[in-house]
Amino acid sequence: TCACKTSVANQK
Amino acid sequence: MIHQYQLNGYNIVLDVYSGSVHVVDEVAYDAIALTDAGKSPAEITAALTEKYPEITPDDVSECLGDIEALRADGKLFSEDTYRDRVFDFKARSTTIKALCLHVAHTCNLNCEYCFAAQGKFHGEEALMSFEVGKAALDFLVANSGRHVNLEVDFFGGEPLMNFGVVKQLVAYARSIEKEAGKNFRFTLTTNGMGINDDVIEFCNRECHNVVLSLDGRREIHDASRSDWQGRGSYDRIVPKFKRLVEARGNQGYYMRGTFTHKNPDFTKDVFHMADLGFTELSMEPVVSPPGTPYALTEEDLPVILEQYEILAKEMLRREEEGHPFTFYHYMIDLNHGPCIYKRIAGCGSGTEYFAVTPTGDLYPCHQFVGDEKYKMGNVFDGITNTDLRDEFKLCNVYARPECADCWAKLYCSGGCAANACHATGSIRGVYEYGCKLFRKRIECAIMMKAAEADMGIDPNDGEACGGDCEECVEEISK
Repeated sequence: TCACKTSVANQK
Repeated sequence: MIHQYQLNGYNIVLDVYSGSVHVVDEVAYDAIALTDAGKSPAEITAALTEKYPEITPDDVSECLGDIEALRADGKLFSEDTYRDRVFDFKARSTTIKALCLHVAHTCNLNCEYCFAAQGKFHGEEALMSFEVGKAALDFLVANSGRHVNLEVDFFGGEPLMNFGVVKQLVAYARSIEKEAGKNFRFTLTTNGMGINDDVIEFCNRECHNVVLSLDGRREIHDASRSDWQGRGSYDRIVPKFKRLVEARGNQGYYMRGTFTHKNPDFTKDVFHMADLGFTELSMEPVVSPPGTPYALTEEDLPVILEQYEILAKEMLRREEEGHPFTFYHYMIDLNHGPCIYKRIAGCGSGTEYFAVTPTGDLYPCHQFVGDEKYKMGNVFDGITNTDLRDEFKLCNVYARPECADCWAKLYCSGGCAANACHATGSIRGVYEYGCKLFRKRIECAIMMKAAEADMGIDPNDGEACGGDCEECVEEISK
């Protein structure tokens, strides 16, 4: 080193 | 706080508060663990030279020097500097940026696990009128403050059962967005039954994203997702999904499946979707009260955790062969992901994101719809239950004592309030089963970044950043 509707790591 | 784990041949060290990720060899892995345990350099040197006869005290000293350099640089053993000095959550802005419009509380499928009670959300069948939808869009614009990007998801039930109103609402939004200085981004979540040429043309012209419900293998899908006559839907929807996705070009979509107690071996369903030619995939654990025939059990847990590892390894294999697909929960961007504010505040339910029922009632999110005690107001009068909104404002990663020592808290933000509420009765509770799945997914996602780096894929290839990568910080400091 701002889909699932049911279950913030994946945000752009 | 750090987290160390070994997966697929990689020794990985995550520094929680800086977000740094390090891939290390066995010696450094042990040296970091011993340092974290408070051992002295002399104790570490003795332990490591005994365990690894091929290394010298000088080798250990050099390694410890690297560890201390990372510590000094804030990339290892960094402290939590966020808790006390930055955020007053109750005072934070109450502007709204996203709505989930329940345009249809009815459905043409009868899926056994539906958290929406076959689309009716424990109420009567209903369709949203254009007038209610228009009021919702006006409410969103009026309360959006300086937000430019406004998101609206057409949801249900099955939104295509009210497609005429969906089209009217999009046309209305497009007619006001320029003058309002806003950019509407529409999403449609559908079971596929109502897809036709008109729907495909509309989605590809107007929808930023479409979410297409498919559970994978025909026998798995049809066992849960049948129509009201008990007939499976797989053969009717898969050709439609293929047509829609093919016509969509490079625009966003997700095949969104649900796995249950009946298929804890869900990777077979993910691979089936990939083999059908779909490349943007999401497969979620069922949301269900315990005791139903499809609810996930403790016995399923080790199977599911292993499945996540199988999935990650197979994705890497296919990527190397030139046939990659994406899995929603493995799409993390180590350098350009969400900023610290977002990581602490979470998804925004009940504060900046609301669900709207066909009659215009507002709920914190789609999973609370139908539970009267979580009704927060309506699109005509606005938020009237401000106490509940304040409760959601304070529902952040620091609100849950159980999260204090969890290494994954800045990836999950304390988890889903609805899942917590259904599991524990409190939106500030913790759905521990979900936590175990989440932690495994993040471990797999980070491991994939390490493997992709070995494959020559730059882990820093994000499109935009949170203003905190080195390039941006340098730019800002000029």
